[in-house]
Amino acid sequence: MDKVITCINCPVGCRMTVTLSDHGEFVSVTGNTCPRGAKYAEQECTLPLRMITAVLPVAGSDTPLSVKTSSPVPKEMIAEIMEELSRVSISTPISAGQVILPNILNTGADLVATRSLL
Amino acid sequence: MVCEQLIDLLVIGAGPAGLAAAIAAKEEGISSLLVLEREKEPGGILRQCIHNGFGLHRFSEELTGPEYAARDIARAHELEIPIECDTTVLSVSPDRQVTCVSPKHGFRRFSAKAIILAMGCRERPRGALCTPGTRCAGIYSAGTAQRFVNLEGYMPGKRVVILGSGDIGLIMARRMTLQGAKVLACVEIMPYSSGLNRNIVQCLDDYGIPLYLSHTVTEIRGRDRLEGITVSEVDSNRNPIPGSEIRFDCDTLLLSCGLIPENELSQGAGVEISPLTSGAVVRETFETSVPGIFACGNVLHVHDLVDHVSNESFKAGRAAAAYIRSASSAETDTADVWKVQDGAGVRGTVPQMISKHPSSDVDLMFRPSAVFRNASAVVECDGVEILRKKSLIFTPGEMAVLTLKKALLDTLSGSCIEVRMEGGSSRG
Repeated sequence: MDKVITCINCPVGCRMTVTLSDHGEFVSVTGNTCPRGAKYAEQECTLPLRMITAVLPVAGSDTPLSVKTSSPVPKEMIAEIMEELSRVSISTPISAGQVILPNILNTGADLVATRSLL
Repeated sequence: MVCEQLIDLLVIGAGPAGLAAAIAAKEEGISSLLVLEREKEPGGILRQCIHNGFGLHRFSEELTGPEYAARDIARAHELEIPIECDTTVLSVSPDRQVTCVSPKHGFRRFSAKAIILAMGCRERPRGALCTPGTRCAGIYSAGTAQRFVNLEGYMPGKRVVILGSGDIGLIMARRMTLQGAKVLACVEIMPYSSGLNRNIVQCLDDYGIPLYLSHTVTEIRGRDRLEGITVSEVDSNRNPIPGSEIRFDCDTLLLSCGLIPENELSQGAGVEISPLTSGAVVRETFETSVPGIFACGNVLHVHDLVDHVSNESFKAGRAAAAYIRSASSAETDTADVWKVQDGAGVRGTVPQMISKHPSSDVDLMFRPSAVFRNASAVVECDGVEILRKKSLIFTPGEMAVLTLKKALLDTLSGSCIEVRMEGGSSRG
């Protein structure tokens, strides 16, 4: 089975064709210009990962808190993680870098504040 | 009678440009300085850019906007640079008198030895786009929606269409989706997106949001609140093609159709503005046509990367410090400068003038006028090639930077430096 994906490493944006086995496993890639493209194609077809950034409402603050995952998380879990985030309840003070939610849904990534709210 | 405060350096704006300029000037020994900021906190637009990807060039890591800003704010505090927020500058005069107003200090007047303009840019509004239809609520610029969602905690709507595929529009497609809205489409009048591939993949494709290239909004419906829009395909002259209409029922339309440097204050000071960049005409020191007034960041020309803004603004800060120390501008005699011109396929090169004995290397920054694949950017001095940079791709969405070494410039004479694109395939 073939799958077409766009490389995101640089503005060239190579359109790459990935060949997958019958079980959906990565076999080979064509259409990339450089090794970064091949690496991205394999990752993207094996376990696509994304950083999540979001804002959370904070008791005692008009300004919401901006947060991020400490490392990329599986793309297929984004909706589930957003759902989990909507249940977080926090209040001031919060300092940048503070862990708001450790090991989100066992992904190994923490939810971290990206700003301070005093 | 308002008394006038004397100061060496006044920086207008505490976004990434103003912060970097002030940091550089203070590090150069300018201790009489003040940064004025209209918002309630420093950081500028980075405050609302909560996504990551900032700082890859400068810090070799991907930061979110607030994290990037925090680094410069921390450094400014460490250097004890005074930043006055909630302060709106009302005017700047050619002799560097500045008036401003704030709830804390009321009306004030400063007289500065040097001024750095770092006011950033604004989004192109609906009025400038000539979209037909009613004047209902629910139509916002993408940055306004970003501010509502990320800084004020409001969602502007539930069913959204985005006009324009610049990076802010793409980023907002994902933000609105993650916060629970349904984004129906992203519509782009050009045959290509000016946004990063990464944003097209991670903000649209990941969420199954269709991108309509060569399409635009041709009708806006709704009396009080937006009820729907019509999108039509356009031909190569950007005229709508009858019969290609697609109707969307939506309550929100976000506009991401370009940024314009915010130069009202600069024009009041008599600063010459380039029609190509909509920013000041500057020398390699970032000094404008008015002696002692410098400009950097998005008020000078719109950047894609904040790293470039910071880099440019550090230079402007150092140059302003040198100006204050020597109390003089660089040579004004036209025989002592090269005029920088846009050649074929190039638009809006900054700086527009380079002095013949620059104190350091000079970065030429420009955008190609179309997409060029397997092409070269070529710099010539009076018709003689002095620099060539090859690339697999040059696109209007990515500012190109060519560094002219001081050692090279010191060997040159002539009167004109020109940048042009050569070879490769191009498309409009």
